[in-house]
Amino acid sequence: MSDIPSELKYVASHEWIRAEGDGTVTVGVTDHAQDLLGDVVFVELPEVGADFSSGDDAGVVESVKAASDIYAPISGEVVAVNEALEDEPELVNSDPYGDGWFFKVKLSDESELESLLSADAYAAHCESES
Amino acid sequence: MGNKTALHQAHVDMGAKVVDFGGWDMPLHYGSQMEEHNVVRNDSGMFDVSHMTVVDVTGADAKEFLRHLLANDVNKLAVKGKALYSGMLNVDGGVIDDLIVYLMSEPGVAGEWFRVVVNCATREKDLAWMAEQAAKFDDVALTEHPDLAMVAVQGPQALAKAKVAVTESRAKLIDTLSIFQGVESEGWFIARTGYTGEDGLEIMLPEDEAVEFWQALADAGVQPCGLGARDTLRLEAGMNLYGSDMDENVSPLAANMGWTIAWEPQERDFIGRDALEAQRAAGVAEKLVGLVLEGRGVLRAHQKVIVDGVGEGEITSGSFSPTLGHSVALARVPQGTGESAAVDMRGKQVPVKVVRPVFVRNGKKVFS
Repeated sequence: MSDIPSELKYVASHEWIRAEGDGTVTVGVTDHAQDLLGDVVFVELPEVGADFSSGDDAGVVESVKAASDIYAPISGEVVAVNEALEDEPELVNSDPYGDGWFFKVKLSDESELESLLSADAYAAHCESES
Repeated sequence: MGNKTALHQAHVDMGAKVVDFGGWDMPLHYGSQMEEHNVVRNDSGMFDVSHMTVVDVTGADAKEFLRHLLANDVNKLAVKGKALYSGMLNVDGGVIDDLIVYLMSEPGVAGEWFRVVVNCATREKDLAWMAEQAAKFDDVALTEHPDLAMVAVQGPQALAKAKVAVTESRAKLIDTLSIFQGVESEGWFIARTGYTGEDGLEIMLPEDEAVEFWQALADAGVQPCGLGARDTLRLEAGMNLYGSDMDENVSPLAANMGWTIAWEPQERDFIGRDALEAQRAAGVAEKLVGLVLEGRGVLRAHQKVIVDGVGEGEITSGSFSPTLGHSVALARVPQGTGESAAVDMRGKQVPVKVVRPVFVRNGKKVFS
């Protein structure tokens, strides 16, 4: 069973969202997602300043096995991206909830946080897909 | 639930992620495909390939049967144990399968017999085709060997470590093997062949001895590797994968298999010969090449290849190359393709280098 930290929020497309308490969130892909992808070899991140609506294409993860889109799980402006992934894409595999984070978003509508999946709901979603 | 090899429980115990492959439950990796790939290039890895189909060909007409069945000529096998790579073609010259055939007895001595190893996904059609062709000969017997397990030990340290894991007498036999040669030993068949571009062995042995041997290899420091690494290793080595790089609708001449067709002697009547000679005379429209993407991104099978002023082709196998640190691919393109092309990657045209279809041999980059 993959690791699904209870303090994070999730979306069905396998991104996690951590509310930082200052109107921003950090986004990455889940342990379950990195396990499905296998060894990650490239990550294409959005530009800082990009404006996303929830569900927009926000980047691409390429593993040895496949290319997979990353979606913006929530609306807002990208305020930071994890440049370490440029040289160390394997961080997505080794530390998906820590050093393998993708980008940070300044929320345009904090109420969207309410619509995200809890850890339990996400676990059930993963179960239903397997 | 698929078929399971004798080593299935050993894979599970070693942490394998198991996937379906041609109806078999096989290890994809044991943690990291990349690490497994790299250990084969730098040291040694082992693969369970027991799902592959082993068929012995015996009888007084065994040799003449294979000289008819295969595009390559088993008459080239002049030493006991020697191996030959060949396509098995249909009458239209399409590739039914690719295979390895070993001469199992002394050449030219009555009772010559052969061992053929074919792909698992094509097993049923291969066996049916071989049986149909064998029926045209008076004395050919085909005997499948589901009772044999097969383990590939590959990498620069593969022979040294395998020798530690076998009996002293078998270790001595391993020392006698030249490249592409095998030897029998008390129910085992040990061959210096592989599918990785590295030195190594493919060992067929009775199923009930497989677990012990696998464990002995692990104890000797050989890393278990899954089908994921097997695929990136063979791609770097420029070795075709049946069903991806060629199939029944593809000529071997358009699949970089021209070198496996034995045109001489002229009078040898092998299946597909007439079709291939007509193709050769008319000119073959396509060829299999290597593509190299030195920038970011990964080339994938079925992406479109665009060759300016010449036409279009398609990637047949593509992946990230762990050895090179960038993506490589095999692609079927128009014959007139030069040294550059573009690939449609998710809607963007990305320039790529066109090279001979081989990227890595014995741990080293081989294109420029």
